This record gives sequence, structure tokens and C-alpha cells, in this order.
Amino acid sequence: MKYTIDKNGYYGKFGGSFIPEMLYPNVEELRLNYQAIMQSPEFKNEFQYLLRHYVGRPTPLFFAARLSEKYRAKIFLKREDLCHTGAHKINNTIGQILLARRLGKGKIIAETGAGQHGVATATVCALMGMDCIVYMGKLDMERQRPNVERMRILGARVIAATSGNMTLKDATNEAMRHWINHPTDTHYIIGSVVGPHPYPDMVAQFQSVISEEIKNQLQNDIGNPYPDYVVACVGGGSNAAGAYYHFLNDEHVQLIGVEAAGKGVNTNESAATTALGKVGILHGSKSLLMQTEDGQVIEPYSISAGLDYPGIGPLHAHLFDVGRVQFINATDDEAMNAGIELSRLEGIIPAIESAHAVAALSQLTLSEEDVVVLNLSGRGDKDLETYIKWGRY
Amino acid sequence: MNRIHELFKRKNKNILSVFFTAGFPKLDDTKTIAIALEKAGADIIEIGIPFSDPVADGPVIQQSNKTALDNGMNVKLLLKQVTEIRKTVKLPIILMGYLNPVMQYGVEKFCAEAKQAGVDGLILPDLPIREYETECKSFFHINDLLNIFLISPTTSAQRIIEIDKASSGFIYAVSASSTTGSKTDLSGEQENYLQKLKGMKLKNPFLVGFGISNCAAFSKVCRYGAGAIVGSAFINLLKNTSSMEEDINRFVKEMMEG
Ligand SMILES: Cc1ncc(COP(=O)(O)O)c(C=O)c1O
Repeated sequence: MKYTIDKNGYYGKFGGSFIPEMLYPNVEELRLNYQAIMQSPEFKNEFQYLLRHYVGRPTPLFFAARLSEKYRAKIFLKREDLCHTGAHKINNTIGQILLARRLGKGKIIAETGAGQHGVATATVCALMGMDCIVYMGKLDMERQRPNVERMRILGARVIAATSGNMTLKDATNEAMRHWINHPTDTHYIIGSVVGPHPYPDMVAQFQSVISEEIKNQLQNDIGNPYPDYVVACVGGGSNAAGAYYHFLNDEHVQLIGVEAAGKGVNTNESAATTALGKVGILHGSKSLLMQTEDGQVIEPYSISAGLDYPGIGPLHAHLFDVGRVQFINATDDEAMNAGIELSRLEGIIPAIESAHAVAALSQLTLSEEDVVVLNLSGRGDKDLETYIKWGRY
Repeated sequence: MNRIHELFKRKNKNILSVFFTAGFPKLDDTKTIAIALEKAGADIIEIGIPFSDPVADGPVIQQSNKTALDNGMNVKLLLKQVTEIRKTVKLPIILMGYLNPVMQYGVEKFCAEAKQAGVDGLILPDLPIREYETECKSFFHINDLLNIFLISPTTSAQRIIEIDKASSGFIYAVSASSTTGSKTDLSGEQENYLQKLKGMKLKNPFLVGFGISNCAAFSKVCRYGAGAIVGSAFINLLKNTSSMEEDINRFVKEMMEG
């Protein structure tokens, strides 16, 4: 229980709910109700039904033989890329939209970086017949164009965020502003384990299905539910939180988080928050944050739109702080090469976010007996243009 | 005695508090603007500490934050400017901003230096009551800085009472469920909210802010509260002015007298 949230919404010294009063009633309504709703049998049934029959869970745990041969370990891929809509993001949007309906909200807003969370939100809104607005940085709209059109086909309105670097952070600002302006009829589906309490805890719980399945699948496959390593990329940290969740108290399972180094951690064009950040407050929680001496948020950079965020969720800041998770990072080039490598070795083109996790394999000191679970958070369809532009394949 | 308390002892209606962003439109305009506001007859000067990600603000104040940061404004420089302003200006000065820049400066150091510079109160909209009381209050107290909390139309009556208890000086009543600078028509619903607030007989007076852009709106909200806070409308003026002091004078007079 060392890694669960305390009664004030903190993981260790990180978390809390640092929001202006205009957001307080919304967030408080959620805080007072989320646990009871999520624990109710009727909610659980509906959530599990949709995960199974709509999302396609459980997702396979695939033994990657050729990748294993190359890295001399037993590598399993948790195939979140096979979820409906192509990434783990939908585990959370299904959960949150069911919650929003029970809170009587008719309208949904979301922010998105890579567009995966936006698509996952637009999808569940279509499924439930709810109004959907997605904020997306103008730059991200350009680099993830297929996802913009997917959201529109699904009936969502996509609004360009034109402030700052026009990426995920700015889209999040705009979504929060929208919520301030529409406090009663709207639920904000945050796409990662970030934001004010209770979001980080709620999103982590919805994503925890990933590690629950990994445990069962490993038990069946190798007769032992515990891997030696769990590896996941970290943008805000939702796929990682889901992949770690049921292993957090099993200290012998080594947890690895892979951040985006962009062009390199020393280049000023990076998104490696644990390497470059300090304690700070953004988007409603206290966490690690890339910022100047004066406390201004630094615009991050990564080739991957889903990792292009200057912070990480407070759970991860805590896991980093106490040393439970080892954070490493991969550059644009390392990730792209790893993406090509996975395509060639296993016939799986990963999302560029997930390719960062693949790139970490070469940085780990593995032995032949080591069981490694790599959370393949999404598929590469949305990234074809980036792969093509990069061109080295 | 704190200048905010002094003001409210002397005057309990039609108080005009004017907000602008430090270092906007030019880095050194902070002082010129503050002096002009006092001369024109404003009652409180509220200076914004610029932040890269002002989530509670609409486009006008977002832009002024960005310009100010591009101009090189930061907390240290702002405190220096306030020290300069205090050489002549007698009005209460409040600093308003997001928590992160203050936290990076160090809350204890910030409070001590703010007091030194002549600041009377702080408005940090993303500082929660609990964290204020456990981590900040003592520094506010020893430096005689008042902490001004916000309430909004969706704040429950029970919470308003809680906020009233934690506040000193005045309460900042946000006029509508909106970010700053949204057009307010002061609809029946908003008037009901202000009427309800007035009827609660809180220990602190309240000023109404967000979307107050002209004399009509100012006098309307002054029927309920002790006065109003004007921000975006004033920043729009600063953006477009060619003779700053004159325009500020006219703006304040028009706001207060119609
Ligand atoms: C496939 C994929 N993986 C990872 C991420 C990063 O988010 P998180 O760190 O919350 O899992 C994204 C975000 O868009 C994504 O699309």
C-alpha cells in the first residue's frame, strides 16, 4: 500500500489538487464520487463487458522470439496496440465516460497529443451518443493528421490550441479553460495520470487492467506471475501506471520507465522530465516539471507527440523519488530505429511512443533467464507520416 | 495596519481595484501604470506575476503574460519594481499570480521580500486552502500579507463560509463561471448569486471580478459587493494606448463616474 494515494490526494510529496476555485466544484464532485461509482458491481460489470467485447480485452501477451534472441532475454510484448482504436488510451476513456454518465454529464471534453486519447474519447462518445470536443495543439494536428480526421469521422469537434508550442501542454490548458467556462454539464476526460486529484488515481485504476492481465497471462504461460522487468514509455505515464500497478508492491519486479530524450537530454530539445525537471505545479498537481529558474514551464520536444509533455504524473514523480522505478530515456533516433527493428523482427509497427520502450532494451543489462514484459502501448498507423519523413528504413 | 484593512475601514463601497500584468506592455511600464492609477483615483492596485500557463485566464491576459515574459519579467524584478513604486504610491498593492513561480522563488523568501517591497496582499488562485494553512500561512502572517481567496457562482454555501473563515481583507467573488475577460451580461442568474452572497453577511467584504469592463457593469456589481476588480478591459486599454497616463486617467474616471 506504499504506493497508493493518501487521503489528501498525495503520493508521498506529489499530487494534490492545485486548481482555481472555478474548477473546484467539478473536481470535488468527482473526488467525492469516483471510488463509490468505480466499486459498484453494476459499474464494474458494464466496464468489464465493454473492455471485453468492445475494446477486445484481454490483449495478448506475446512472446517475441526474435526480439528475445537479439537481446538475450525472454521478452514478452503486452499488446495494447491491439486494443480497439490502437492504444491503451481507450481503457481509461471507457471508464471515464461510464463515470461521467453516472454523474449526469452530457458533454465531454478532452485534450490530446498524439491524437490517440482524442480518438479514444471520440470513440466512446460516439458509442454513448455524447457530445465531444477535443483540444489538440496546432502542431500536433499537423503531425498526426490521420487521427484528426478519425476524430472528425467519429463526430467530435477538434479545436486547435494555438498558444505556446501548440502541443499537448497547450491543448491541456485549453481543455481546462473550457471546463472552467462549462462547469455543470461537462466532464473532462483527462488522458493520462496527470491533473488534480482524483484524476491520477482514477486513471491509474482504469489502466490497471493491463498489469492484472499480465500477471494472469504470465502465470499461465510460464507458471510464475512475476516478470523480472516491466518496461513502459512515460509521457504523462498512464500506460506505465497500468503496466506497473499490480507489481508496485512486488519489489523484486524491476520497473523501468522510458522518457523521450528528443534530440538528447542536453540539447534543450527534450522531454525527459525526470532528467530535467524539478518539483513544480502544472495542470493541478505537484509533480516533477521541466521549468526555468523562474518557474516558467519549458516547452518540451519529442518526435513523438504523445511524449511531448513537460511533466509526469505525481505517482511517477513519487516512484522516481523513492527509487521504485528506474527512469531512462531514448532519443528520437533511438526510438525510430527501435520502431523499425520491431517491425522487421516481429512484424509489428509500433507507435513512436511505444518505440521508446523498445529502444530501452539495449540499455538494460539482461541475462538469458530474465523475463521482460514490454508494454507495447500503441500501434504505428497514426505515425506513418513520421516514419516516412524520417525515411531511414 | 495593513493598507487593505485601512482602505476598507475608510471606504466600503464602490471600491475599484485595477489589475494589470507586470512588465506589460513594456518591461518598465509597471511603475508608470501604478502611479497613474493612484493619481486617477483607483483604490487598489493588483499586479499580475506573469506565468507561462495561465489556465484561469482568457486570451487578453494570456497574451499580456506572454508579452511580459518575452520582455524579461520575473519575480525578482517585479519585487524590485514594487519597491520603486512604494517610494511614492500609498495605495494597497496586491500581487496576483499562479503558484509555481512563487514556489520556485521560495514561499518564505517571497513573503519576506514582498513585505519589504511594500506588498499588502496576495492572490494565488491555484493555492488550495489546506496547503495555504499547512505550508504558507505562517509566512503570510509574520509579514502581514493578506491572502485573498476566490469564490465562484458554483461554490457551495458551506464552502463560502469555510473560505470566509480562512480569508482576511476581502474575498474575490468571480462574477461568472468563466475564465478572465469573458463578456459578462450580468444576467439574472449572476445577480441572484451576488444577492445571495450579500445576504450571507460574511465577515469579509467582497469585490466582484471577471468580465467587468465598463461603468454600467461596475455600478451594477457595486450594489451587491464592496466594489469590483477590472482586469482584461484595462489590459486592452494598455495594449492600444499611445498616451498611457491620460488614457489611464480617463479609464478610471469613466469606470467610477460614468
Ligand atoms: C501509443 C501511446 N503510448 C504512450 C502515450 C503516452 O501517454 P502515457 O504516458 O499516459 O501512457 C501515448 C499518448 O498519446 C500514446 O498514444
